[in-house]
Amino acid sequence: MEALGVWNYWVVVLLMMIGLYTVIARDHLVKKLIGLGVFQVSVIMFYVSMGKVTGGTAPIIPDEVPAEGILYSNPLPHVLMLTAIVVGVATLAVGLALVVRIREAYGTAEEDELQRMNGAQS
Amino acid sequence: MSEHLSALIVVLPLLAAPVCLLLRHTAMVRAWTSIVAWACMIMAWTLLERVQTGGAISYSMGGWDPPLGIEYRLDALNAYLLVIVTTIAAVVFPSGTILTGTALPEGKRHLYFAALLLCLAGLLGISSTGDLFNVFVFVEITSLSSYTLISLGKDRRALTAAFSYLVMGTIGGTFLLLGIGFLYQVTGTLNMQDLALRLPELLESRTVLAGFAFLMVGGCIKLAVFPLHQWLPNAYTQAPPAVSAFIAATATKVSYYLLARVIFTIFGAAFVFDALHLHWLMLPMALAAMFAGSFAAVFQTDLKRLLAYSSIAQIGYMVLGLSMASEAGLTGGIVHLFNHALMKGGLFLAVASVVMRTGSSSVNAISGLGRKMPITMAALVVGGLSLIGVPGTAGFVSKWYLVVGALEHGWYSVAVLILLSSLIAVVYVWRLVEIAFFGEATHDVCEVPWNSWLPTWILIGGTLVFGLWTDVTVGGASSAARALLGGTP
Repeated sequence: MEALGVWNYWVVVLLMMIGLYTVIARDHLVKKLIGLGVFQVSVIMFYVSMGKVTGGTAPIIPDEVPAEGILYSNPLPHVLMLTAIVVGVATLAVGLALVVRIREAYGTAEEDELQRMNGAQS
Repeated sequence: MSEHLSALIVVLPLLAAPVCLLLRHTAMVRAWTSIVAWACMIMAWTLLERVQTGGAISYSMGGWDPPLGIEYRLDALNAYLLVIVTTIAAVVFPSGTILTGTALPEGKRHLYFAALLLCLAGLLGISSTGDLFNVFVFVEITSLSSYTLISLGKDRRALTAAFSYLVMGTIGGTFLLLGIGFLYQVTGTLNMQDLALRLPELLESRTVLAGFAFLMVGGCIKLAVFPLHQWLPNAYTQAPPAVSAFIAATATKVSYYLLARVIFTIFGAAFVFDALHLHWLMLPMALAAMFAGSFAAVFQTDLKRLLAYSSIAQIGYMVLGLSMASEAGLTGGIVHLFNHALMKGGLFLAVASVVMRTGSSSVNAISGLGRKMPITMAALVVGGLSLIGVPGTAGFVSKWYLVVGALEHGWYSVAVLILLSSLIAVVYVWRLVEIAFFGEATHDVCEVPWNSWLPTWILIGGTLVFGLWTDVTVGGASSAARALLGGTP
């Protein structure tokens, strides 16, 4: 049962495998990007659950009550993930822009057809 | 002002990129990009000189001291790398062939230069930061701008090449992030120096091992080490040739630096090589890359693809130096970073000149060009000789140190294999020479203008100069190797 106690990490592993499998197994480029997104989100979840301290509260120092003795969660991994989310969004944007251009140039966004057309060209 | 140099060298190109959008006019943006690259190069040489005389420079970003704040730390290795990256940028950016083979209409070209500057900023950032999360951010800045740059190639296949690079690069980058997360979870710090202090007592932990594995795999994907190299040939082939010149000469070098930093500074050679025996994994990979890359290069019909496969082989030599983990081996690997940057940058620029005149980068396009474009073709030959490692060229110097390193270890068969794989390079280089000088001329073209052949020859001339005069390159590399192995730089 001890292994189930860290269920949040199991969620991370599950999401990561789903994402990676989607990237490898799906032919449509947009689906690949979705898989990539899930893959990145799993790492973000990993950092977020890493920073959570059991029983800890949001790391804001209160004005009135004495600030000693309050248990805070670690804010640093959460802040890092703001950057990682931005990176993920930027990657998704570039990826989708590329898919649009690929669709314009080839008339399809299925990987096997693209490979066939590239093979015929070279 | 001058104490802020190690931050300025990253901030300048980062801030200069949006300025491109304001200038808009292609000629002005071109001049601006070149000026920025030159300024960065001057800063890098100043920093190298300062590091070599005064030791490592630590800079606290925003005045927050490490390990809490982000530290920019320059030692003999980073400063050497900054010099490589900025020198290549300073030569490639002003080149007359910079726009050759791009699919951009007039009026959109300023965006291309903005992407180039962002890529430069990312590469310099990876090289100079001392904070692991910062590394990840700069890796992504570099990768995102190189996806866009690669997708700008004329052929529509550039788009699919950029897309598969995007998928591979994102997986690699996310692996890095995951590895960094594992290390942070155990140590509670992101600063490299601090990690190096805290890790030795935690090396038994499985979390640390997992983190190390993720960092290694992520770094190897970015470096395109042999079994993980699939994205590289397509990306280099389809990108505009000047972009290939810039990325081939800098991006893989920076990834190599990242691996070396993780192995030697953060985990320490004792753990990686004595406890994990990583060299028994890296050595076969390096040897396989040397042979598979060179063999594949022999059969290519496209100049850029040929050079890309030769790059995979050359990356093999560098990883070989890494796996030796001795001063001679590392010196060979690091000096090969510099030498390979010069020759591959020069060769890709020569191909850019060919594309400029003939409109094609196929091997047949250079048929008979030895008489029509003698300056460019001579550069191609000298660069090729340097790839083989002919004495008197820079390639010889790095291979010499690698062979010395192999012999020091008693790996006699490895030394023989280094020489054998160089012989395969003779085959593909000779094929180019034969086609260029003895083939029938199919294109009626003239030599490219001076602003196109001069950058090529600055880099190719560099391989000749640094093949004979090795004070700066080998001196810098060996002090970097000593710094990595923990001695006094």
